Amino acid sequence: MTAYIVRRLFATLPVMAVVALFVFFLLRFAPGDPAAIIAGEDATAEAIAAVRAKLGLDRPMVEQFFVWTLQLLQGDMGVSIFSNLAVTRLISQRLEPTVALTLSTLFVAVALAIPIGVVAAWKARKLIDRLVMGFAVLGFAMPVFVLAYVLIYFFAVQWQLLPVQGYKPISEGLWPFAESLILPSVALGVTYMALIARITRASMLEVLAQDYIRTANAKGLATDRVLLLHALKNAAVPIVTVIGIGIALLISGVVITETVFNIPGLGRLTVDAVLKRDYPVVQGLILVFAGAKVLVNLVIDISYAFLDPRIRY
Amino acid sequence: MLKRILVGAVALAIPFAAAHGQAQEKVLRAVMHADVRVIDPIWTTQTIASIHGMLIYDTLFGNDANLKPQPQMVGKYEISPDRLTYTFTLRDGLKFHDGSPVTTKDVIASLKRWGAKDGVGIRLFSFVKKLDAVDDKTFTMVLSEPYGMVLESLGKSGSSVAIIMREQEALTDPQQQVKEAIGSGPYKFAKDLWVPGSKAVYLKNKDYVPRPGNEPPSSFAGSKIPGVDRIELVWISDPQTAMSALINGEIDFYEAPNNDFLPLLAKARGVKLMMTGKIDSTQGMIRLNHLHPPFDNVKARQAMYHLINQEDFLRAIVGNPEYYRVCHGMLTCGGPYQNDGGSAFFKDYNPKKAAQLMKEAGYKGEPITVLFTTDHNTITPATQVLVQAMREAGLNVDAQSMDWGSVVSRRAKKEPPAQGGWNIFVTTTGGVGASNPVLHTWIGAACDKGLFGWPCDAEIEKLRNAFAFAQTDEERKKIATALQTRAMEQVVYIPFGQWNTPLAYRADRIDGIVPNTGLAVLWGITKK
Repeated sequence: MTAYIVRRLFATLPVMAVVALFVFFLLRFAPGDPAAIIAGEDATAEAIAAVRAKLGLDRPMVEQFFVWTLQLLQGDMGVSIFSNLAVTRLISQRLEPTVALTLSTLFVAVALAIPIGVVAAWKARKLIDRLVMGFAVLGFAMPVFVLAYVLIYFFAVQWQLLPVQGYKPISEGLWPFAESLILPSVALGVTYMALIARITRASMLEVLAQDYIRTANAKGLATDRVLLLHALKNAAVPIVTVIGIGIALLISGVVITETVFNIPGLGRLTVDAVLKRDYPVVQGLILVFAGAKVLVNLVIDISYAFLDPRIRY
Repeated sequence: MLKRILVGAVALAIPFAAAHGQAQEKVLRAVMHADVRVIDPIWTTQTIASIHGMLIYDTLFGNDANLKPQPQMVGKYEISPDRLTYTFTLRDGLKFHDGSPVTTKDVIASLKRWGAKDGVGIRLFSFVKKLDAVDDKTFTMVLSEPYGMVLESLGKSGSSVAIIMREQEALTDPQQQVKEAIGSGPYKFAKDLWVPGSKAVYLKNKDYVPRPGNEPPSSFAGSKIPGVDRIELVWISDPQTAMSALINGEIDFYEAPNNDFLPLLAKARGVKLMMTGKIDSTQGMIRLNHLHPPFDNVKARQAMYHLINQEDFLRAIVGNPEYYRVCHGMLTCGGPYQNDGGSAFFKDYNPKKAAQLMKEAGYKGEPITVLFTTDHNTITPATQVLVQAMREAGLNVDAQSMDWGSVVSRRAKKEPPAQGGWNIFVTTTGGVGASNPVLHTWIGAACDKGLFGWPCDAEIEKLRNAFAFAQTDEERKKIATALQTRAMEQVVYIPFGQWNTPLAYRADRIDGIVPNTGLAVLWGITKK
């Protein structure tokens, strides 16, 4: 297993190199010029050219790539063209809100979706199953931002139970921290919950039709033991796979959720950096997201071995 | 078990107690039109950088709400009878946030940096022969000609304000951003609390010495007395979220609410709308590229006037007539130099006539490249109206959709449209700058050295210079009318109206807001 993990970690290096290459050149080929944005509304073409020269953006693209790669190999992601702050500082400032939002969403979604998926499978084709599936279709179809605005309107503006926007770090207290995450987690989690609930139901239905489940029932085992110990464990591999895929969905969902709820996380940093053509920041962020995705996939692959003893690496 | 519950309760109570302690500090939370991403207001012309700059830096003069320059850092000043030598003496007690005194060395270096970068500064410095320090507090500015806009330029609002930095930062190349934001203004920038794209924090400068006499604030003039302990410029990019946050009391001040939300805000409890200053408006502009056909021909440019019904544009952008006005001039309507020079061009909305004039100008149906901004709340609907009118006239419109960032980059290209250039783009400018022919850089026609579209007309430039040298207001008004008439004839740009966006604030929590004249004035706001 250790050898497998080490091999997989080394395999991430070429993946990251390809990502770095693509993101660097795609950004440069995309229209837009940070120098023009910096120089501002009243700047002449000459003034823009002067800013571009000072930023080094007028140098050949290959030279710029070479300089960036060398910096990267030394652990330096460069500095933001606009704020002059190190990209690593900008990313670390924004990491906590995104991690907190992702984990709370994951927690809410998994904690609710798996039980309702199991219940839906257990009560297949009955009213509760249809309700769960109806919720799943609705949850999957409803855009995150629509749900977000609806939640804000009722829970924040009308009933004033929760804040409209912003993020409170855990250092400011447990309740302020939790309060700032409830609405965003629910808004972001519903799609994810719907996805996991559907897969849990489908996977459970397949397992519940197996002979050993019938045997367990015939032996007179309690329903909860049959469902949780016998069926759910064997249905877990596809569910865990979907949770892994869902984390990638969460990353894209975080961009929208962070914008609507004004959470200063990596998603908003990405949108702002792309709109401003802040090349070093976008490059750094894409590498971080790609690295996170590769690591999540690795964790999911490793978890298979624990869930299904037949799988060996 | 009971012990665990008690420990948990205490752990939860501690942060609440801390939060209560912090509540003693008076904090103004304001959402502005953009986020503070750049800390050097000279390096960039972004308005938000100037708002940031005006909190932490001070200026020699500040133009008041009537655009009259009033001394700010300057204690006294003299102008020689030939109007060629200005002698300025700084007020007592001016100190930078690091404790060092403000000296004439800092002032001269700062003015030189500003004069090398800002359009208004460049114009002023083209007449400055020398700047000399007499001592630590007094310096002279000697002009080559009796330029009449010295004090107005030093006190200007809007972009790239003439702020005074420490000499060590002011010696930085103006094409490079300074690394530190240490000024002598009423608030200090808390750089360690700055999260670009989210929040910028300013702490009250307890050592600030405001102008004596407790003068009421009037735009940039008056005694700058900090009204709160801390100002947080919070960036909420989503206008609906910002509106909800104001209604919910999470923010105190919202500089530029979306027009669509004004009726909701007007009804919200505790929230008030405030119209900005009488000339603090936005003016819409259609910019034509004078370098390439068909708009290298003045007749084709004039044909475009027949496609402009300002009401159509303003209804699409603003909707409520309370917040807009038809303005057939380039100099701000309601401003001191408003006139009707050239306004006759707008009398006739007539697509057929536009098509006929275009034909007479040699247009044979070639594609006209319009840079179509897709992500701007005013420029996007204005471009839609324009494109529709052009299509009604049978023009071959090549509307190229792109985000504003791409337009900003593309419009700087002088190549023909087929090679990456353009024919038309739509933009806006501030009413305060546009109220004065010298400060209104978009009315210029300095050919290659001018702004995008590169209009080229010696007469216009001559009139702008003449305005700056005029000695009486009557003379200035006469020149302003002649200038606007000429600029409209040459179609330097096509104005499509003027509008105001009221600011919104929590009237139950804050006080002391003054109407904007170019920039939001935050330092005098107090918290109840």
